[in-house]
Amino acid sequence: MSLELKNVEKKVGIDTHIHPTSLKLEKNTINVLLGSTLAGKTTLMQIMAGLDKPTSGEIWFDGKNVTGMKVQKRNCSMVYQQFINYPNYTVYENIASPLAITGVKNDEIKQRVGKVAELLKLSAMLNKKPDELSGGQQQRTALARALVKDSDLILLDEPLANLDFKLREELREELPKLFEDRDCIVVYATTEPSDALMIGGNTATLLEGKVIQYGKTLEVYNRPENLISAKVFSDPPMNIAEITKSGDNCKFTNNDVQWKSSAKIKDGTYKIGIRPHNITTYKEGNNSVEINGKVQISELSGSESLIHFTNGSLNWVSLSNGTQQKNVGEDTKLYMNTDEFLYFDQNNRLVNNG
Amino acid sequence: MNKTINQKAWYFVIPVFVLVAFNAAIPLMTVVNYSFQETFGNNVFAWEGTRWFKQILLSERFHASLGRQFAFTFIILLIQIPLGIAIALTMPKKGWGVPVCLILMSMPLLIPWNVVGAMWNIFALPDIGFLGHSLNAMGFDYNFTQQPGDAWFTTILMDVWHWTSLVVLLSYAGLNSIQPAYYQAAEIDGASRWATFRYIELPKMKKVLTLAILLRFMDSFMIYTEPFVLTGGGPGNTTAFLSIDLVKMALGQFDLGPAAAMSLIYFFIVLLVCWVFYNLMMKNEAQS
Repeated sequence: MSLELKNVEKKVGIDTHIHPTSLKLEKNTINVLLGSTLAGKTTLMQIMAGLDKPTSGEIWFDGKNVTGMKVQKRNCSMVYQQFINYPNYTVYENIASPLAITGVKNDEIKQRVGKVAELLKLSAMLNKKPDELSGGQQQRTALARALVKDSDLILLDEPLANLDFKLREELREELPKLFEDRDCIVVYATTEPSDALMIGGNTATLLEGKVIQYGKTLEVYNRPENLISAKVFSDPPMNIAEITKSGDNCKFTNNDVQWKSSAKIKDGTYKIGIRPHNITTYKEGNNSVEINGKVQISELSGSESLIHFTNGSLNWVSLSNGTQQKNVGEDTKLYMNTDEFLYFDQNNRLVNNG
Repeated sequence: MNKTINQKAWYFVIPVFVLVAFNAAIPLMTVVNYSFQETFGNNVFAWEGTRWFKQILLSERFHASLGRQFAFTFIILLIQIPLGIAIALTMPKKGWGVPVCLILMSMPLLIPWNVVGAMWNIFALPDIGFLGHSLNAMGFDYNFTQQPGDAWFTTILMDVWHWTSLVVLLSYAGLNSIQPAYYQAAEIDGASRWATFRYIELPKMKKVLTLAILLRFMDSFMIYTEPFVLTGGGPGNTTAFLSIDLVKMALGQFDLGPAAAMSLIYFFIVLLVCWVFYNLMMKNEAQS
């Protein structure tokens, strides 16, 4: 069982929402679609589900061409960013609805709803209506509706975006476990790189209707094929600077910071990408270099410190562990872990990652 | 901290107070005044107590017109609400069709009520009216000025033509506020068109429909101008609804006392039905 998009393209009027895309999702995988708003995640999901038809290209499922096949015949389920439940059905009836429509017997419905409700901690509120539940519970109900039928394809369209922080963390941890023993393909759309890392599986990075890279989540994160993919999969945003390399010596074009690189690449000018957590207020790794900066913004985020600073004409973002207090305007020293630098050539392709 | 006491703000309430007094309270009190007394002209009044109320409540004429009124209101609600929803469901949701439909729908609502009556009167005349003439040409024996059934048919048709748009516009607004994701979810579940309507659209439209039913109930229960111009309450008394009967009694027969009592009773019926209906709807609302 696999879901394959073959050169799928979606145009609406003169706007291209999805550029020709080919993507193959395997059975028993969780696939994250990662990209900002308007990257085409939802459109892509709707095409996968059959809610929307591609302008050109084909969709194959389980070795069959299902392009244009209606969603009702596809055995898929979907969870939305908004909490979508039937307003005057109880939680039980809501979860049971996909089964009831397909004519499953009452005993079996009861048993299956009970099981899913337990999994999603909804057992105590089966007789309540969606209005009486908290946002988290409403979304759990929607998730339960998606899980109760044995779908081949489960689509989750930013399911956690409307939840508050704590609920989001909680549900995000549970989500991958929910799909562990299921015989299905899960697609999960999100704008947050941290979601993708937490969920694991595979990730496709998207920008402006194009799939930039698809592969194992950690691989895409550690070895982004190109600068765009690296940018999409980085939060806070990746630092990018131009460097020149001659022999083993590397040097930023804009300042005097130098380091030795063992990267097996030709001499010349490159762009490097440095993730914020590789610029820290303390030394990390064996090959760190010092950089001077003037603090622009210093903020704490949980137990991490985010420091924006300037060096020459460049703006940098750094992310350090612990609470590092810096004053705005202060001159400070930071350390860059050169082992983690990503080198991109003039065509923005990754040439080596350290 | 000491509060400064300043009662000048009360002056700001005076305009509203005066307005409401002249607008509602004083005319209403005049009616109350008439309803408990007998007048002989020249401002001579004699106390009658609850006599007029008893007389009205026991009169067959009142029972008959009240019955007609409820029948009329019930029938038009039964037609207009489902028809309005049905039209709203078929209206386009985007594109150039939207303004066209909305404008077409608002047209009947913008026509003065007596013009509606006059229009339909001419339209339905059996000899020269398009509707009346066509019906007769098709072999129906149609004459709304002489046959009670035809008079009712025409009055109801006129009201449906005039007011269904209101239900359409309200329902359309209600439908448009439903997020597309709901429809997609239903589609994924494999829900039929009917199930989508029954379990998504209808519950989501509940509030606007409550409003539509209330407005249509009140307006139709107090209907006067259109049937007055169309049928004048005839033939006989067959389309004399409460307000037509009331005007006949007050201005035709100059029975001011009974007419005042009747208008108060009329007023309380409208108030009571609205109150009961609203509370029933909102009670369900609190549950769900």
